[in-house]
Amino acid sequence: MHIDPLEKKWLYVVGFMTIVMVGSMTFAAITMNLHPPSNVETIDPKTLHLSGEFTEDNLGVTQNADGSYMVRMIAARYSFYPQMIEVPVDTDVTFRLTSPDIVHGVHVPFTNMSTMVIPGYVSEVKTRFVREGEAQFLCNEYCGLGHDYMWSKLKVVPKG
Amino acid sequence: MHDRSKSVALANLWVAFAAMFVAILLGLYQVMNRSGLFPEIESHELYFASVSTHGVLMGFVLTTFFIMGFGYYTATATLKRPLWNKGLAWIAFFVSLGGTVMAAIPLLTGKASVLYTFYPPLQAHPVFYIGATLLVVGSWIWCLEMIMSVVTWKRDNPGKVVPLAMFGTTANAIMWLWTSAGVGIEMIFQLIPWSLGLMDTVDPGLARTLFSWTLHAIVYFWLFPAYIAMYTILPKVAGGRLFSDEMGRIAFIMLLVISVPIGFHHLYMDPQQAAGFKFLHMLGTFAVAVPTLLTGFTVLASLEGAGRLRGGKGLFGWIAALDWKEPMVVAGMLALFMLIAGGWGGMINASYQMNSLVHNTQWVTGHFHLIFGGTTVIMYLAVAYHLWPKLTGRRLAMRGLAVIQLWLWAIGMLILTLPWHVLGLLGQPRRISSTPYDSPLVEQWDPHELAMIVGGAVLVFSTLLFVLNLLLSHLSKRVDSVSDDDWAVAVHPPLSLPKPLNGYALWNGIVAVWMVVAYGYPVLQFLILETHGSLPWGY
Repeated sequence: MHIDPLEKKWLYVVGFMTIVMVGSMTFAAITMNLHPPSNVETIDPKTLHLSGEFTEDNLGVTQNADGSYMVRMIAARYSFYPQMIEVPVDTDVTFRLTSPDIVHGVHVPFTNMSTMVIPGYVSEVKTRFVREGEAQFLCNEYCGLGHDYMWSKLKVVPKG
Repeated sequence: MHDRSKSVALANLWVAFAAMFVAILLGLYQVMNRSGLFPEIESHELYFASVSTHGVLMGFVLTTFFIMGFGYYTATATLKRPLWNKGLAWIAFFVSLGGTVMAAIPLLTGKASVLYTFYPPLQAHPVFYIGATLLVVGSWIWCLEMIMSVVTWKRDNPGKVVPLAMFGTTANAIMWLWTSAGVGIEMIFQLIPWSLGLMDTVDPGLARTLFSWTLHAIVYFWLFPAYIAMYTILPKVAGGRLFSDEMGRIAFIMLLVISVPIGFHHLYMDPQQAAGFKFLHMLGTFAVAVPTLLTGFTVLASLEGAGRLRGGKGLFGWIAALDWKEPMVVAGMLALFMLIAGGWGGMINASYQMNSLVHNTQWVTGHFHLIFGGTTVIMYLAVAYHLWPKLTGRRLAMRGLAVIQLWLWAIGMLILTLPWHVLGLLGQPRRISSTPYDSPLVEQWDPHELAMIVGGAVLVFSTLLFVLNLLLSHLSKRVDSVSDDDWAVAVHPPLSLPKPLNGYALWNGIVAVWMVVAYGYPVLQFLILETHGSLPWGY
């Protein structure tokens, strides 16, 4: 088998680039605990409105004892409920979402608040919003002919 | 080349390009609808039926039929003997064509607006699922044909080196069998029985996991023939030699081994899979960049050699010295350019952390149109120009126009996809038909929406020139006899090779083990967890 010396050099370059990229992601995952939303947690989409965490009374924003916030939302045709969420800036927020109907996705543009919402599973995203002001939750997965209309409001307010 | 194989190759290629022609027109309608500049044509029903059809035609029909047609040509022309079983090739063609027609009926009548990724618990008409499955079943017959052609050739030619083009085609056939198993299981055990009412509920978490098994490597199934043409046709047509035959083999082997067990980068944002498995698939995803980086190097080195033989001097002089009147050279250079741009965007998608910023935004649509429409399809077009005289026995009607057509294709694709990348960074979701959000963001999107219409129109014009050229050539009376023996020769042609570089037994074993590690528990977990199925929903 024949490998040209130039080719060998290129192989080293490729190896180096790959190690730098994978290494930086591994570093971020370990030191900053930055992982994609991945809590494998099931729920019955047919009964979640009747009892438990995602009944209407339990939806919305609550503050935890340690000062961080918990937001419970339902993604359903064609909005996110409750339709207006208000959280403080620079504060840890945990979102928990699920869907009673079909697959949705949620993204707040310019932030890493992003997850798929799959019926039968609970999605959990931990984030901090660093910019005050109005933003939007946009559904980013095709969920039927009214998909374009599926969005709701987020207000990031000053701390305290 | 054996005459009977020519007709089956031609039949497959014509179906491929007919599908592309219909799909590109739908694409133009979609950018117009989506821009919001033409309120009179806006319709959600029409838009999502159109997107579903566009995706199926481009992603499944154009690709599968092109790959089958090119494979039949490659097998007979490189092995210099008829196909293993010619009758089977025609059966594959009609099974796939029948499946395509079956799937087209619900698609075009709005009974399957579930997009080409299916999205249960949205439910389409069962005929759509059955038709799509038959299309894949036809392609499995093609895989058998390719594998058996090589196996019987090797038996009759012990110790000989399998020609590189056929070595790559076989890798693709084997990889596609591994790849398509995921969606096959989803169809046969979930979607078809569920759509027929034999099952009440479906688990979308399991369905998405199975689909991810297919979803990444399918893009390599599409890309493979483009790489095969770059390694085994382009260097010769450019007037040079292939820089390294062995590197081509190593790249093909790596694509076969690494492409399949890495599908979870499509599921980074999904709740039903754990972070550890996502991390494992991320490692494989970055490893699969290696064969592409090797290919870029080897193909550019081959072209540089060709440019220098044609008198090119200096660091970049060889580029100007290339034969820019040759469609394959033009397509190859443009394909590599778009591969570099699109591959860079792909690294961001594949990133374990940054993915959350661009996931399901228009950035992703920009990325895969650049790699698929740009790199992959432009090579399909150039291969068609290259093969047409061989398959039809007629001279290409308008050679100069072919070059212009390829330039237009690349320019149109760049005008279309660069704004999409920007729109994605500005937060625009993909797969929307309009932008009715009450947000200042929408105003920032407007200028980019205009650009994408221009891109779409250029692409339609380019496709029109392409199909016209093929049609006029096929119908013309200007007979041309071209040799089928014009494959690229390597600088150092291998006279003998170690077994692992001349066959796939070892590599299949490695794929099997890796698949068990990457998908074993993630699929089994649905039997362990207490899962709850979803009822069917319309759209």
